[in-house]
Amino acid sequence: MASILAVDDSASMRQMVAFTLKGAGYDVVEAVDGEDALSKAKSGKFDLVVTDVNMPRKDGITLIKELRQLGDYKFTPMLMLTTESGTDKKMQGKAAGATGWIVKPFNPDQLLKTINKVLG
Amino acid sequence: MTIDMAQFHQVFFEESFEGLDAMESGLLNLDMGDVDEEAINTIFRAAHSIKGGSGTFGFTSVAEFTHVMETLLDEMRDGRRQITQGAIEILLGSVDCLREMLMAIQSGQEIDTVRVAGHKKALDTELDGQGNTTSTLANDSADQCLGESATVIMPATAVQGWRIAFSPHAHLLKTGNDPVRMFRELAELGELSVRVDFQGVPDFHQLDPEECHLSWDLQIIGDISREQIDDVFDWVEEDCDLAVQALTVQQPVTQPSGDVVKDRPEPVAESPEPTEVAPLKAELPAPSRKQHKPVAKNVPARPAGSSSIRVDTEKIDNLINMVGELVITQSMLSLVGEHFSINRLDQLKSGLAQLERHTRELQESVMNIRMLPINFVFTRFPRLVHDLSAKMGKKITLEMTGEQTEVDKTVIELISDPLVHLVRNSLDHGIEMPEQRLAAGKPETGKITLNAYHRGGNIVIEVCDDGRGLDKQKLQAKAIEKGLIEDNMPITEQQIFELIFMPGFSTAEQLSDISGRGVGMDVVRKNIQTLGGNIEIKSEQGQGSVFAIHLPLTLAILDGQSIAVGDETYIVPLVSIIESINVPEDMVNRVAGKGETFRLREEYLPIIRMHEIFSVENVRATKLSEGLVVVVEGQGVRCGLFIDDLLSQQQVVIKSLEANFRRVEGVSGATILGDGSVALILDIPGLVRLSNQQAAKAQQYYAETA
Repeated sequence: MASILAVDDSASMRQMVAFTLKGAGYDVVEAVDGEDALSKAKSGKFDLVVTDVNMPRKDGITLIKELRQLGDYKFTPMLMLTTESGTDKKMQGKAAGATGWIVKPFNPDQLLKTINKVLG
Repeated sequence: MTIDMAQFHQVFFEESFEGLDAMESGLLNLDMGDVDEEAINTIFRAAHSIKGGSGTFGFTSVAEFTHVMETLLDEMRDGRRQITQGAIEILLGSVDCLREMLMAIQSGQEIDTVRVAGHKKALDTELDGQGNTTSTLANDSADQCLGESATVIMPATAVQGWRIAFSPHAHLLKTGNDPVRMFRELAELGELSVRVDFQGVPDFHQLDPEECHLSWDLQIIGDISREQIDDVFDWVEEDCDLAVQALTVQQPVTQPSGDVVKDRPEPVAESPEPTEVAPLKAELPAPSRKQHKPVAKNVPARPAGSSSIRVDTEKIDNLINMVGELVITQSMLSLVGEHFSINRLDQLKSGLAQLERHTRELQESVMNIRMLPINFVFTRFPRLVHDLSAKMGKKITLEMTGEQTEVDKTVIELISDPLVHLVRNSLDHGIEMPEQRLAAGKPETGKITLNAYHRGGNIVIEVCDDGRGLDKQKLQAKAIEKGLIEDNMPITEQQIFELIFMPGFSTAEQLSDISGRGVGMDVVRKNIQTLGGNIEIKSEQGQGSVFAIHLPLTLAILDGQSIAVGDETYIVPLVSIIESINVPEDMVNRVAGKGETFRLREEYLPIIRMHEIFSVENVRATKLSEGLVVVVEGQGVRCGLFIDDLLSQQQVVIKSLEANFRRVEGVSGATILGDGSVALILDIPGLVRLSNQQAAKAQQYYAETA
């Protein structure tokens, strides 16, 4: 089964994402911010990265930009979790190499649908 | 797939409350002149997280409210908006409001919508006030709905399908997007036919395999809305040329021809019907409509009061490690027990010693889990001081040290109110008005300091101020006036200070609404004593006061020294013992009315004969030379306890005497010893008071009989 790196500094969101994805049979590794995610991404190979944008230490956009530089993640789908007010964030994310986004608030079904779409 | 979202609510509430605390302290620390970018970013991030979470977990009202706050903060962050004191006050008020909303939701109560509306109005006014072009959430969604309906020109019923010219830019694959994935998605919507155009593919030797040079002409038949198509291409609209054309009833559905592909990117030009090219607006996210629906409307909130505790995983790991060790020891012991012979006695003994060590370590680890940094209490004070000093027209700064000092969770919960009272007291009675301070030659701005640190087995929390200090004469006069003390009674400085803890004692000329709300210092002291602690006062008139609270680290276990007095065993808290000595008779002075004292180095210490004070019989030692004197200290008072002998040192579990019997002066609790008998735990300050009372009584008796 595909492995997913879920990145969010908010524990409740991260747990919700992880729980939903695990329930759907994916292997999920959680990371609490961009730095954490980067080191976890380097020590393994994930099929998908789902990351929050606004995080301490390293934000999601920088994370995506840095991951894209790595050979292992050149073509890996990377999704941002953004809010509806973050339209310019979406564009920044795209410029950094994000595959797409999931707009908050979302429910588990919407999340799974989007993820299945990318990993399908 | 249905997932019970309620399981994440508790975590959401906890992190939201933490976020609110962070916002509050961040707002309080904002320096108007020189705004720290990271500080405002932290505040913004907290608001942002709460908004995201509350939307996801279905707390729409919270999400809407936070949205307005976030907008305001966002403008401040970008520098589009000046940070004013007024705006900060409004944001602080909103933090409170938000906290109340979350608490109401958490406990399943109704949200005070009037109050929320009031705060929201204040926020909106602030937002509009400076003429910034930002909209509230409601406006946002209205805009989006408008925008979406504007793009849908063709009525869906008339549409039979869509023709899509899709030519990705070369870098598309490097965004992690995959055309095949998109086609698969389209195929789920209706009957899809795909035609690929190889024209853009360069010669083999120029080919970069990581780039995309293909383009496609797609035709999809079915009752499909424009939005569904846009959804599929939502992520790549910037990374491709895209033209979407409706196939209407009038337009014969034909297989896509090569011509169309050639004419890309303007296939619309050939279309006989007025169609609409897809100027998918980046700022209008297509899927947004769905997402404004609350996720779960009627999720029953978890009842409040289920208290949880956040523990470092390190602490848990440590605990698990300990249990592992314990299991090993246990299996080793049972092995020894199975084939026991006397020559394995050494093995048994070492096993038991190991068991003892592990039990102790395990106990410490478990206790450690309940330990939280005192910061949990301290964080509320910057706001308190900020609000109250503004209200009273005083200038006060607050300093805090030792916030990371750890203390038992129960202590944290119970010490909060007394501490608030003490800080209010310092604000109200301690720190003078700015002009009074200047007149006294002090800096205009007063200072309140909160310190926390460990000393021995205790945690000490100090509330210091550099205000006017306690007026001893005034206190004494007041006490005499109230008949609490005799006119000519000799009284020490400490005893005068202690007067403020007497019920109904207040020297403030007028009671303000800050302190003096009926809850007096007597309640403060009572609460602290309930926790097994005590409070000390140091004060210098004109210089300031220090209220020092001493509390045991934990309320359950005590390191004790057992002592023998006659047939009785007592426990002395190990932390209060300084030394144990044998006092020769010739070092002892007997002072009328003060009992016995002995000289230890440069100090005269009173001797408390334990068997006399507790009326113990069968005493082995009645002369000082026959027993031992244990020098103890409590609440800044030292004395010597005269006992028969020292027994062992051990950890004892404290059982409340008050709960099972009644409060006894000089005794703080009881414990059960290894042999099943009960031993009383001594309260050193109480003992000193008890012995002073007895000495005073004796003096009175002598005075009357003489």
